[in-house]
Amino acid sequence: MSQNAVKIQPTSPILSVNNIEVVYDEVIQVLRGVSLEVPEGEVVTLLGPNGAGKSTTLKAISGLLKTEDGEVTRGDITFMGERIDKKNAEDVVRSGIFQVMEGRRIIEDMTSIENLKLGAYTRNDKHINQDIDMVFHYFPRLKERTGLAGYLSGGEQQMLAIGRALMARPKMICLDEPSMGLSPLLVKEVFAIIEKINKEQGITMLLVEQNANYALKAANYGYIMESGKIVLDGTQEQLLNNEDVKEFYLGGGNEERKSFKNLKSYKRRKRWL
Amino acid sequence: MNLELLIQLLVNGLVVGLLYGVIGMCFVLVYKSTQIVNFAQGEFLLIGAWVCWAALIYLDLPFFAGFLLSLVFMAAFGVLLQMIVLRPMIGEPIISVIMVTIGLSIFFQALMKWIFGVSPQSYPQVFNTETITIMGLNIEVAYLMSMAIALIIMVSFYFFFKHSKHGLAMRATAFDQQVAQSLGISVKQVFAMSWGIAATVSGTAGVVIGMVNGVSDSLSVMGIKVFPAVILGGLDSIVGAIVGGIIIGLLENVAEFVDSQWLQIGNMYDIAPFYVLLIILWFKPYGLFGTKDIERI
Repeated sequence: MSQNAVKIQPTSPILSVNNIEVVYDEVIQVLRGVSLEVPEGEVVTLLGPNGAGKSTTLKAISGLLKTEDGEVTRGDITFMGERIDKKNAEDVVRSGIFQVMEGRRIIEDMTSIENLKLGAYTRNDKHINQDIDMVFHYFPRLKERTGLAGYLSGGEQQMLAIGRALMARPKMICLDEPSMGLSPLLVKEVFAIIEKINKEQGITMLLVEQNANYALKAANYGYIMESGKIVLDGTQEQLLNNEDVKEFYLGGGNEERKSFKNLKSYKRRKRWL
Repeated sequence: MNLELLIQLLVNGLVVGLLYGVIGMCFVLVYKSTQIVNFAQGEFLLIGAWVCWAALIYLDLPFFAGFLLSLVFMAAFGVLLQMIVLRPMIGEPIISVIMVTIGLSIFFQALMKWIFGVSPQSYPQVFNTETITIMGLNIEVAYLMSMAIALIIMVSFYFFFKHSKHGLAMRATAFDQQVAQSLGISVKQVFAMSWGIAATVSGTAGVVIGMVNGVSDSLSVMGIKVFPAVILGGLDSIVGAIVGGIIIGLLENVAEFVDSQWLQIGNMYDIAPFYVLLIILWFKPYGLFGTKDIERI
């Protein structure tokens, strides 16, 4: 991790993941020493190809790994000065991290309002109805959909899933591929709302994405993962201007037209470290 | 044709059907939230009824105090049973868990016989008047009370699952356990809660039936009778359990009537529900309200 040494962190991290290894079913090693830091109030993104271990990293943070027979075998995860890598998922939610799982996973046989109420399950205060209105303020179209959540469109379900996370009043939201299966316009809309929520509510976001373009534009800092390791990290600008990131993740690189002569007939392989 | 007898039987059928519905709801509740087919459902009735009986006879409590005591006992019993016996079975094959509940059923039946003996006992008289007459029909007060209790239980189930935080959490767990955990819901707690509720409500049904028929081993047969009801309604539908329960209750009594008037085969009352069970499994294996993709065992 030579890059880790030189990076500049403006604020102290709210979440730090230190050199974790994750093993599924006691034999399959998925993460091989992942370290990352999320500063308070910022959006950090985690990019990488399929199977790199992005979702596993998120599940290690949110504790959901334990529901899939996975285990953090080395390293530690600290959130607001408290170790959370041994905690159950429900206790992690109570300490302030809420994960919006991949594929939205709303409760389809309940109404939107019931889904939102469930988001507030860990709370005991009386302001739940106020917060439902707050969610409707961010996602006005959810207010019109009073039927079962299973009948919502994909984009609306994603909005409901993010709204449900807001209901928990978390310190940090982990979003696992919010753009999955959405049309380009909706992706744009969802990302705009994510940025808006981050700014207005001050909720820290850790964003796992395949859509590197949008993710990097929304994020202050980014990490790139490949086969269970962090291979590159940097600020938004550094990553957007990095030639490798351009080629592998952003596609096309510079805007100018290329002639066929310049196109490589093979995919360049890259050894990151 | 004896019209008065028919109406009397239909009233009985409705009362018994509502009780089947209540027991069926408990069965469905456990099945939905923990995916366990509870063969010890009938024993919950038996234990509830015996505990209430013991409280009335040995502790000499007034009826409602004894009733409440047995409810508290059953709630604790259900939760402990889940924590001690069934929690370690989480993740084991479905057939092992079923064997455990069958084992529990046999164990508790024997335990009750050991503690309270084999002869049926009746509750001390609860109501001063045995029957009242409504529109020319003689109806036992106990029947009216069981009907009222069944309806109260059904309405409170509705409000619990529709409006309370824990009810919503139980539905979420039934839908997807991983999502429930990601929302901060403790699945273990939900499991314990569903067994606690099932035991308490079944215990109530046990006391109510015990008031009419006396407390005996036959109460645990109710746990078997509830199978036709829940399979008719759909194994994972609470509404289905109620509808199925009422249909089976009415059907038993109509079968009894038809048999006594014309067929003279005998014992139709006990057998008819199981013919229905066979027919449903043939033609509509998921029941009236069941989800089509539930796992068959």
